[in-house]
Amino acid sequence: MPPIIEVENLHKSFGDTHALAGVSFQVERGSVLGLLGPNGAGKTTAVRVLATLLAPDQGTARVGGLDVSTQANAVRSIIGLTGQYAAVDEKLTGAENLRMVGRLLGMSSSQARSRATVLLERFDLSDAADRQVTTYSGGMRRRVDLAVSLVGSPEVLFLDEPTTGLDPASRSELWAITRELVADGTTVLLTTQYLDEADELADRIVVIDHGQVIEEGTADELKDRTGGRSLEIEFETTAELAAAASVLQPFSAKGELQQNEQDCLLSLSVDSDTALAVRAIAALTDAGLSPADFRLHRPSLDDVFMALTGHGTETEEQEGPNSIPGHAKSGDTNTEAMNS
Amino acid sequence: MSDTATVSTETATYRRPSGLNAIYQDSRVIAWRNLVHLPRTPQLVIFTLIQPIMFVLLFTYVFGGAIGKALPPGVSYAQFLIPGIMVQTLVFGTSATAVGLAEDLQNGIIDRFRSLPISRSAVLNGRILADMIRLTAVATVLVVIGYVVGFRFQGGLGLGLLMILVAVAFGTSMCWIMTNIGMRVKDAETAQTAGFVWLFPLTFISSVFTPVYTMPAWLQVFARNNPVTLVANLLRALSVGEVLPGSTWVSMSLPVFLWIVGITAVAAPLAVNRYRQA
Repeated sequence: MPPIIEVENLHKSFGDTHALAGVSFQVERGSVLGLLGPNGAGKTTAVRVLATLLAPDQGTARVGGLDVSTQANAVRSIIGLTGQYAAVDEKLTGAENLRMVGRLLGMSSSQARSRATVLLERFDLSDAADRQVTTYSGGMRRRVDLAVSLVGSPEVLFLDEPTTGLDPASRSELWAITRELVADGTTVLLTTQYLDEADELADRIVVIDHGQVIEEGTADELKDRTGGRSLEIEFETTAELAAAASVLQPFSAKGELQQNEQDCLLSLSVDSDTALAVRAIAALTDAGLSPADFRLHRPSLDDVFMALTGHGTETEEQEGPNSIPGHAKSGDTNTEAMNS
Repeated sequence: MSDTATVSTETATYRRPSGLNAIYQDSRVIAWRNLVHLPRTPQLVIFTLIQPIMFVLLFTYVFGGAIGKALPPGVSYAQFLIPGIMVQTLVFGTSATAVGLAEDLQNGIIDRFRSLPISRSAVLNGRILADMIRLTAVATVLVVIGYVVGFRFQGGLGLGLLMILVAVAFGTSMCWIMTNIGMRVKDAETAQTAGFVWLFPLTFISSVFTPVYTMPAWLQVFARNNPVTLVANLLRALSVGEVLPGSTWVSMSLPVFLWIVGITAVAAPLAVNRYRQA
């Protein structure tokens, strides 16, 4: 069976900004592709082209074998779009939004009504069905947004940064829903800035930056290149740091124990073995050492990005706690770099 | 969450209508959507209902005494004011079209519509259709409040209804201008300004509130040829059932008709074209 999404050499510029500079990828039917990249990488532009909202300058994109430029309306009837740039009507109630889209898809009033009821119940919105969307919480909005894009039972669903700005509970809820849709046979193209989101949901990940695909593979393949999760432990004094380093030496099977004396920080690679992290902390306590702080550090997009662009080694020194929560910061830097 | 299967099993037992029927059906749904917004947007309720009532009362009782003296003998100010204020209120009411459309673009709801397999002109048609209904409501409110302050359909109900029709038709043509503004500005705030400021000279330098001959000669040139004046004069003629001295029904209606058709013929295709590219 041919891939359900085929993107070939897509170009799109806005003035001097090359949002897409020759992007190609494919998505197999029934799978989830994660399009990963920082702000301004071109993820949303790619989705907008695939969802027929934007005409490419060059290249072709096919969804379900249909060309997005020449068979736009046919494409529209097999896709659903959810995310930062497609919205629901805030002044309408959740039920009204769903019925409106049902009617626009050609359903009769009663068909649209029953479809709305099913979806509202499915997304746990029945109680809020007759309230205006303005009154919804962030998580509810995303759910109703997703529900709206499913009214026509699309074969392909575009999720454009579906969980950006959501609290963790709503986030995992959305992940659960997405997994169920995939189990039902829906193909999903997901854009995200978060590696863990792509990790959770995507079968394959395409990393893009500056409008170009810089890497492609499964989550595991990408993580192999970035080193996985690490336990970071902070101490008050360098003496404690040195003592702790010798206590933890046996835990570092592959010798991946790093000492950062400037920040009094010890970093131990644990990958997905959280039990190892627990044992390491216990060993420290047994040795009479009490860390000032400790945390599990997941590889962020920064790390993947650094690794993929080959700047991984030179950043190790600077990689103190201050540079870790820098998703947005590094995204901005990349955007600037792209614009300049 | 046992009903997972129902989400995608209920497939196409419906079919999209085609051709003109599709445009009509889609436009109707969008119009419904825009009308539902009305009572839920306090600003619009104020513009639609409160403002015209306030204007009529203020002008009748505050300025009516003074301006009334400039009118030909036997013409009451209420009779002069209501048709004029109808044009003015409807014209101002059209700026909501620009604001609403700019908001829709900003919020991403237009992208939602554009990702659906619906007819391309439906979003604009639906908005205009809803605006027509809104303007008709405003005109009706004005007639009702007019009756309270002494305005009458002196030429009979038929001409009275024709008066509302002409006012709404002119307002609708102005709505098409506003759709162009709404799509060309970057946000609703700019649309508010861009859709509003030029309406002040347009409606005030006209025969809406005062007879044109009371203005300086240089201003009269603009005021006399202002479509707002032409519409206001025609509405007055329709409300009393007789034309102004020295004119005929044709000489009064033809220019208004041409303005309405002209504005629509230029602004509507521009707007639809712009929407297609947006």
